[in-house]
Amino acid sequence: MAVMDYIDAIRLAMKEEMTRDEDVFVLGEDVGLKGGVFTTTKGLQEQFGEERVLDTPLAESAIAGVAIGAAMYGMKPIAEMQYSDFMFPATNQIISEAAKIRYRSNNDWTCPVVIRAPIGGGVFGGLYHSQCPESVFFGTPGLKIVAPFTAYDAKGLLKAAVRDPDPVLFFENKKCYKLINGDVPEDDYIVPIGEANVLREGDDITVIGYSLPLHYALEAAAELADEGISAHILDLRTLQPLDKEAILEAVRKTGKVMIVHEDNKTGGVGAEVAAIIAEELLYELDAPIVRVCGPDVPAMPINAPGEKYFMPNKDKLKNAMRKLALY
Amino acid sequence: MGKQMTEIVMPQLAESLVSATIDKWLKAPGDNVSMYEPICEINTDKVNAELPSTVAGKFVKILVGAGETVPVGSPICLIETEGSADAEVRPDVPDGASTAAAKGEEDSDSSMRHRYSPAVQRLAADNGVNLTFVNGTGIGGRITRKDVLAFVASGGPANQPGGAAEPAGTQQKMPVRSSGLHLSETPRIPTIPAIEVEGPSQPGNGEHFIDVTPLRNTIATRMRQSVTDIPHAWTMIEVDVTNLVVLRNKLKDEFMKREGVNLTYLAFFLKAVINAIKDYPIMNSVWAVDKIIVKRDINVNLAVGTEDGVWTPVIRGADQKNIAGLAREIDDLARRTREGMLSLTDMQGGTFTVNNTGSFGSILSYPIINYPQAAIVTFESIVKRPVVINDMIGVRSMANLCLSLDHRILDGVICGRFLQRVKDNLEGYNLETKLY
Repeated sequence: MAVMDYIDAIRLAMKEEMTRDEDVFVLGEDVGLKGGVFTTTKGLQEQFGEERVLDTPLAESAIAGVAIGAAMYGMKPIAEMQYSDFMFPATNQIISEAAKIRYRSNNDWTCPVVIRAPIGGGVFGGLYHSQCPESVFFGTPGLKIVAPFTAYDAKGLLKAAVRDPDPVLFFENKKCYKLINGDVPEDDYIVPIGEANVLREGDDITVIGYSLPLHYALEAAAELADEGISAHILDLRTLQPLDKEAILEAVRKTGKVMIVHEDNKTGGVGAEVAAIIAEELLYELDAPIVRVCGPDVPAMPINAPGEKYFMPNKDKLKNAMRKLALY
Repeated sequence: MGKQMTEIVMPQLAESLVSATIDKWLKAPGDNVSMYEPICEINTDKVNAELPSTVAGKFVKILVGAGETVPVGSPICLIETEGSADAEVRPDVPDGASTAAAKGEEDSDSSMRHRYSPAVQRLAADNGVNLTFVNGTGIGGRITRKDVLAFVASGGPANQPGGAAEPAGTQQKMPVRSSGLHLSETPRIPTIPAIEVEGPSQPGNGEHFIDVTPLRNTIATRMRQSVTDIPHAWTMIEVDVTNLVVLRNKLKDEFMKREGVNLTYLAFFLKAVINAIKDYPIMNSVWAVDKIIVKRDINVNLAVGTEDGVWTPVIRGADQKNIAGLAREIDDLARRTREGMLSLTDMQGGTFTVNNTGSFGSILSYPIINYPQAAIVTFESIVKRPVVINDMIGVRSMANLCLSLDHRILDGVICGRFLQRVKDNLEGYNLETKLY
């Protein structure tokens, strides 16, 4: 087993799936010759050739449209949106075509496409390079959405996404690329879509989240342990469909819930998680549900203090977690 | 304005970068460095760049040698600057002060002591925990889920002081009696004010203090005045109310349906008492030292007990009302008493007092006269007992009537006759009796 970066785990997953299945191919802006602006697809074109690693025009609607059409025809495309911010021209293809074709054709047609898109800020990317578009797609039945946090999950979930018979949005976090690393087996394993994962056991408070903020939650939990506060941390991993049982089980552990994500607070994934808890577990709650999320402002500021204000970090989470534990 | 050491840290040169490598130092210790002057060259996966100084001063020390890779944010060198502290390059110092301050305040704060979360209420109900005895460790003294779990784990309900020590603020309503019939079988639940206890009630601390409320003070004054001024005498009579029980059972459902109020035994009893007073008006009088004032109107005080005291609202012109009207009055006064909605006029002008002591299970009581009236009568629990009738034993519904009298005004004979009349009236109820 090797310790590798999150980004390397994603690349390895694509490499393994392309080796395993000839129908798998990659397309996107600068994914071929350049190897991706983040180097995510570095070396793939050299290994698999121009016909399986396609450099596309700067037209996300075309990337999605081509990938969706190929998928419906039996291929297993992995379409890359260079930044999830650029995904919106492809939104119509994804929501109205990919998500609905199985339903619309009464199971005659399927669309096994994977759309990879880097989400999140904290990289001085400003408005066009920092968005979290989960909530735009979250309420769309027919789409599966995964958002791995660990390197292990990044590889396992991407492989599961490639093999899934339906469209999967793979939201990788660009700040995690090099920040997060861990043991990643070099053998062929998958992480099932739809299963959450307990990152840390605890009995004072439950933190539920996905993607980068979990890094800060883990750091905060380690420090709070010195204060005698024990945090239970659940990584949702899959946003659609949510692992309700795991959410409810995690809530039952402590009765005090904090939900964290970088996406805006209003209408975010946390709102749905909170609603599920309120519907199912009112009598297990020991404190009001807390959400620590990005503020409801139009965009990630480009200036450093503004970005810092927007982004979740260890201290913000630590303070909120301590407050909840003391409640 | 003193000299000050400033750390230069590895900046985040490009998005997604978390570390960078020092390629070459352009400055050596002892060199002067001006603002924005390059101090070293750095390599990353994406870019190679010169790093400009963010301060002006004297280069003091290299912390990270050429060729070493360090995480973004790590100090790489020290520069001595002249001037004030606002040349500080690291503004982001985590601030835990506000939460620490909040934590310090909580000890004296008990604003959340009685705010129970759903989890706490459910755990308390499931485990039979009286939350009054659970120590709250949350903010504002709130009892947390963990506090309840710890309480249960430590022996839980067994630790709860029982019996007399239980404060009246608890919500547990136990049936007060196990035999006989209640006069009002569906008493409305009164609102229960919490008793103010001075200081925390600790197990093993044998006593606590209860502030005397204005109501309790009034009751105390009146009672003392009555027993001091009035020479009390006491007598009791036994009544067979079997027929009344049958009558009421037959009528009560229909009555509830039609009138919307409970047809209580008390209404029948009041009617029996009022009719007896009409026959013996001296019962409806007041001692005035050199004379006895006999009141013409019969205004009956009805003693209504609440958790924190007893009230005696008045049914005016009681002799003008039939049984249905009395039932309605009783319901109205009892409800308004328990809701604390009595007005001053509700309390004035009473001439005779009736106390329904059977409602709390008594079979015998020694009432204190409602000063300055001449007498008070109680209606005790109806209890099924074996009774000898015509030398045979039968099971009959029996109730006691107790009368305290002002012996200055009344004597045994007149009171005996009065009670006998009440008894006759009660035993005279049968299925032919009209409510209206």
